[in-house]
Amino acid sequence: MRIRIRRASEPAASEITPEGLWLRRREFLQAGAAGAGALLLPSALSALESRADGLGALKAPRNATYSVSEDHTDYDDATRYNNFYEFGTDKQDPKKYAHTLVRDPWSVLIDGEVGKPGRLSFEDLVPRKALEERVYRLRCVEAWSMVIPWIGVPLGDVLKRFEPTRKARYVAFETLVDPEQMPGQRRRVLDWPYREGLRLDEAMNPLALLATGMYGRELPNQNGAPVRLVVPWKYGFKSIKSIVRIHLTEDQPFTTWNDSAPQEYGFYANVNPDVHHPRWRQSRERRIGEFGKRKTLPFNGYAEEVAGLYKRMDLAEFY
Amino acid sequence: MTRIRITAATVALGLLPLLVLVVRALRDDLGANPIEEVSHETGQWTLRLLLATLAVTPLRRLSGWSWLAPQRRTLGLLCFAWAVLHVSTWVALDLAFDFGAVVEDVLDRPYITAGFTGFVCLVPLAVTSTRAWMRRLGRRWTRLHRLVYVAAAAGVVHFLWLVKADLLEPGIYAAVLALLLAARLVRR
Repeated sequence: MRIRIRRASEPAASEITPEGLWLRRREFLQAGAAGAGALLLPSALSALESRADGLGALKAPRNATYSVSEDHTDYDDATRYNNFYEFGTDKQDPKKYAHTLVRDPWSVLIDGEVGKPGRLSFEDLVPRKALEERVYRLRCVEAWSMVIPWIGVPLGDVLKRFEPTRKARYVAFETLVDPEQMPGQRRRVLDWPYREGLRLDEAMNPLALLATGMYGRELPNQNGAPVRLVVPWKYGFKSIKSIVRIHLTEDQPFTTWNDSAPQEYGFYANVNPDVHHPRWRQSRERRIGEFGKRKTLPFNGYAEEVAGLYKRMDLAEFY
Repeated sequence: MTRIRITAATVALGLLPLLVLVVRALRDDLGANPIEEVSHETGQWTLRLLLATLAVTPLRRLSGWSWLAPQRRTLGLLCFAWAVLHVSTWVALDLAFDFGAVVEDVLDRPYITAGFTGFVCLVPLAVTSTRAWMRRLGRRWTRLHRLVYVAAAAGVVHFLWLVKADLLEPGIYAAVLALLLAARLVRR
C-alpha cells in the first residue's frame, strides 16, 4: 500500500473548493458586492432585489412632466409577456430564451447623414449621468397595454451630439443579428435584422426616449437590453429593442412590420382608436393586470405633445 | 359494455385539458394575459378535436378497428363543447357581452369571420348527432354532415389569419387537415 505524503504547497482535501461552488464564484462576488452596496446606498432594498436575475440597480430622478400617474404594470408581467421575435414568436419565449444575449460589451454605430459618425459603447451613447425616469403608457398593436417606468435619455439629445446634416430627414434603427445569441433568427419569420424608423422631427420630440433601464434596474434582456427605443405615442413594435445601429437618412427607411404586411402596419403606426387593424379593433385595449377593457386614447394619450407633428396628414392614409 | 368504457375514456381524455386549464386558473398560473391564454387554449383544443374526429374514419379503414367508429360522434361532440367554450370566452370574457362589438368583429375581422363560420357549421352537426336525427334525416344526414369539412377548413383559416408572421403552428394544422382530406380522396 502506497502512502501519499502531502507536500506543503498542496491544499488539503477539505480546502479544495467543490467545482459546483467554484463555477458559481461570480454569483458570490456579485452577491457580496450587492450586499456591500446595500449598506452604502439608500436604495438598499432594490439593490438586494436585483441580485436575483443579475440585473444591476439603475436609479434616476423622475421627470414628472413626462410621467403618467397610473399604476405601474406588475414587473413580472412586464418581463414575461413580450413580443421580441428574435427569441421566439410566443410572448413567453423571450423570457425563456433571452439569456443567451451577450449585453456587455455592446456598441452602437451611428452613421449616415451626421457630421460626426462613430461607434460607441451603449453607456457612452446613453450616459448614466443624463438618465431620467419616465412613466409611460405602452400600447401594443394587439390591443393590450402596460404602464412602465423607463430609465433613459431623450433620443433628440443623443442625436444632436452627432450633428445631423441638413439632408437628414429620417432616423433608422437596427437590432442585432446573431442567431447564436438570438435563436429566433434561425427561422426567417421576419426579414432580419429588425428595423424601425422615425421621421427626424418625431425623433426630436422630447417624448422619444432611448432607454437602458426600467423599474429602477437595468433592462432585462427580454425587454431589449442593453439599449432600446421607447416612443409612447406609437404602437409598441416601433419601439425597437437591442439597438446596434442608428442611421440618419434622407429617404424614409425600411421598417420591418411594414415590409412584412404593408396593409396592416404603416410606417407611422401612431396609436389611433379610429383606424382599425384587420385583426384588432383599436378603439379599446386590455391593460395587463385588468379584467375589463379600457378606451384607447388618440396618440395613446400623448396628443397634446405630438399631434402637431401630423397636422396636415390624413392619419387614415398614413396609419 | 366495452363500448361504453371506450366512450368514457374518450370523454375523460377530451376533457382532461379543461381540468388542467381550471387548475391553472385557480393557481393564478395563466400568465400576464389570462383571457388571451384561455382563448388560445380553448381554440387549439377545438381544432385538435376537430382533426381527431376527421381522423376516425381513415384510421378505422386503415386498421380495421371497428370499435373506433362510435368514437367519431364522441370526439365530434367534444370538439363542439370546446368550440362553445372558445366562443363563450370571446363573447363573455374578451368582449364582456358587448354584442355590438361581436357583430362588428364578425363582419370586419376576416379571421373572426372565418372562425365564426366554422362555429355556425358545427351547431347543426351537434344538434343532429343523435340516432333519432340520423333516422329522421336518412341519406340527407350524410350530406348535412359534410359541413364538417367546411368547419375544419374555416377553423384552420381562422388560425392562419390570426397569427402575425409565424405560420408554422397553423401550418401544422393545415397539413394534418390536408392529409386527412387526401386520405378520403385516395379511397375513392
